[in-house]
Amino acid sequence: AGTGGAGTAFVPGQPVTAVVQRIEIHKLRQGDNLILGFSIGGGIDQDPTQNPFSEDKTDKGIYVTRVTQGGPAEVAGLQIGDKIMQVNGWDMTMVTHDQARKRLTKRNEEVVRLLVTRQSLQKAVQQSMMS
Amino acid sequence: MSAAMDTESTYSGYSHYSGHSKKAHRQGSRDRHKSPRSKDGSRSEKSVTIQTPPAEPLLGNDASRAEEGQDDNWGETTTAITGTSEHSISQEDIARISKDLEDSIGLDCKRYLGLTVAAVLGLLVFLTPIAFILLPQILWREDLEPCGTVCEGLFISVAFKLLILLIGTWALFFRQPKADLPRVFVFRALLLVLIFLFVFSYWLFYGVRILDSKDTNYQGIVQYAVSLVDALLFIHYLAIVLLELRQLQPTFTVKVVRSTDGESRYYSLGHLSIQRAALVVLENYYRDFTVYNPALLTASKSRAAKHMAGLKVYNVDGPGNNASGQSRAMIAAAARRRDSSHNELYYEEADHERRVKKRRARLVVAVEEAFTHIKRLQAEEQQKAPGEMMDPREAAQAIFPSMARALQKYLRTTRQQQYHSMESILQHLSFCITNNMTPKAFLERYLNPGPTLQYDRDRWFSKQWTLISEEAVTSGLQDGVVFVLKCLDFSLVVNVKKIPFIKLSEEFIDPKSHKFVLRLQSETSV
Repeated sequence: AGTGGAGTAFVPGQPVTAVVQRIEIHKLRQGDNLILGFSIGGGIDQDPTQNPFSEDKTDKGIYVTRVTQGGPAEVAGLQIGDKIMQVNGWDMTMVTHDQARKRLTKRNEEVVRLLVTRQSLQKAVQQSMMS
Repeated sequence: MSAAMDTESTYSGYSHYSGHSKKAHRQGSRDRHKSPRSKDGSRSEKSVTIQTPPAEPLLGNDASRAEEGQDDNWGETTTAITGTSEHSISQEDIARISKDLEDSIGLDCKRYLGLTVAAVLGLLVFLTPIAFILLPQILWREDLEPCGTVCEGLFISVAFKLLILLIGTWALFFRQPKADLPRVFVFRALLLVLIFLFVFSYWLFYGVRILDSKDTNYQGIVQYAVSLVDALLFIHYLAIVLLELRQLQPTFTVKVVRSTDGESRYYSLGHLSIQRAALVVLENYYRDFTVYNPALLTASKSRAAKHMAGLKVYNVDGPGNNASGQSRAMIAAAARRRDSSHNELYYEEADHERRVKKRRARLVVAVEEAFTHIKRLQAEEQQKAPGEMMDPREAAQAIFPSMARALQKYLRTTRQQQYHSMESILQHLSFCITNNMTPKAFLERYLNPGPTLQYDRDRWFSKQWTLISEEAVTSGLQDGVVFVLKCLDFSLVVNVKKIPFIKLSEEFIDPKSHKFVLRLQSETSV
C-alpha cells in the first residue's frame, strides 16, 4: 500500500505505487458512436499546473474532469477527479492527451476496464491498516 | 519714539489694523536702516509680521473699560485715535524694529568681518608674485644677471596665469551670499588658513634666501614666482573640488516633513554639513511645499479641544492628589466611551468635498463665459476700429465683475481668500489676457494652493528660521541624523538616510534564447 502523502505523481527512478479500483464500463451506442460518458484532461503534452484535481501540480497523468449524469461511467462507479492509471492493460500515466483519447475510444471494444485511483482510496486503506 | 509710545491706539477692526501696521512698519524700517539693509534684497530673514488680531487694545485695559462705562459722554471726554497713523507706531512695531536692529547689527558685523579678511588675504596673495618679480628690480637692479627671452617668456606666463586665477576666483568666490548661516563654513576657513600658511612660507623663504642675500640669479627668482602662481592655481583647483564638486554626487536622501499638516518631500543631497543641508532644504521648501495656511488647521484643533473637554475627573476618596492615576483613568474612560466623532469627520469631509466641487464647477463656467467677451485685435484691425480699444488692464477690469462672485465664493470655501487680494487677481487676469492664456490657465493659480513663492511675501508666515540640531551644525550629514528647522508657526523635521550601497551584477541573455511554448489544457469527452 502506498504511504499517505506520496501521491501518484511520477518520481524518476521509482515505481509508481497507488491504491487502485477496478472499474468496468460498458460503452453505450449513440447513433454511430460508442460513448463512455465522461471527459478526460491531462497528458504529458499538457500543462499540469492547470489541473484542478491533481494533488501534486507536476502530475501529468490523465484525470477524469467530468462525468455525465446517468452515463455508463457514472453507472460503473467512476467519479470526477479520478486519475486513470490503466485502460485495458495499457498504461495511462505517461501518455499524451491524444493517445489517451484513442485508447479509450477504440471502435472494436465494447467494454473498457480501467484502473483508477483517488485520494479517498488511499485514506481508506490507511484507516483500515491502523484499526 | 517716546511720543509715539504715549499715543493711545484703538483698533477698529482686523483688516484696519493689519493694513495700517504694515504701512507703519515699512515706513519705519525704510527710514531707520538704509545702509545696513542695502545688501539685503534677497535675504530671507526679515522678522515675521504677526497678523493675529489684537485681543485688546495694546496700551492697558483701563481705557476700554472706562469707555464702556461712559457711553453717553464718549464723544466729549475721550480722545481716541483709531488705527495707527503714518507717523505713530504701536508697541508691537517697536518691539519688532528693535529686534531687527539688534539682529542686523550682530550678523552684519560677523559677515563683514569674514568678507574683509578674505578680501585682504586675496589681495595680498594676488600681489605677491608681482612683488617677488619687481622687488629685485627695484632694490638691486645693477647686480642682476641679464636674462633675455627666457625671462620674458616667464613674465608672459605669469601674467596669464594671474589673469586666469583672477577670473577663477571671481567666478568661484565673488557671489552674492544668498543666506546667512549660523556657523562659519569649515572648508572655506580651512582653505583661507591653508592659503595664508602657504603664502607666508613663500614670503619667509623669499625674505631669507633672496632679499637678505641679494641673490643675482634673476631667472631663478622669476621661476620662483612662477612656481608660486602654479601652486596658487592648484589651491584654486582644490577649492573647487572641496567647495563645489564634493557635494554634487548624491549620497543621502533627506525626508522633510512639515509639522502642522504632515506634507513631506524627499531630496537627494551629497556630502554637506548640516547647516548647508538645511539651506538646501529651505530653498526647496519655498518651491515645493504648498503654502502654509493656518485656516486649514482649525478643524483638527476643534476636534482636539472636544476630546479634551469631554471628561472631568473628580476625586471622591480623599485629598490625595494622584496625578498619574487621574490621567490614566481619563484615558481608560475615553477609550471606553462610544463617541461618534469619526462619523462626524467622515460626513463633514464628504460634505466639504461636494461643496468645493460644486463651487469649482460654477467658477469654471463663469470664467469661461467671461473670457468669451474679449477678443484680441490684430494689427490691421487696430487701425480700422479705434473706437472701443482697451489695454489689458482695462479689459481685465471689464470682465472681472462677472466672475468675481464665483471666485470669491470658491476662495472662501477652500480658505484661500486671504492669499489673493482683488488687486492681485486683476493683475493676474490682465497678465493672462496679455499672454493669450485660456480660462483654465488663468484658474490654475486659484484652484489649488501653490508653493510659497507664488504668494506675496507678507503672507508667507515663514521668513525667519532657526536650526535646531543635536549635533554641531558644521559636522557632516550622517545616516540617522535628525534636525529641525523651526519658524514661528511651524517646523520642518528633517530625517537623513544614507543611499544604500548598490551591488550591481551583470547577466548576458543571448537574443536567440527567447523561446516559447503554448500552454495546453484540453478536455476531451469520450
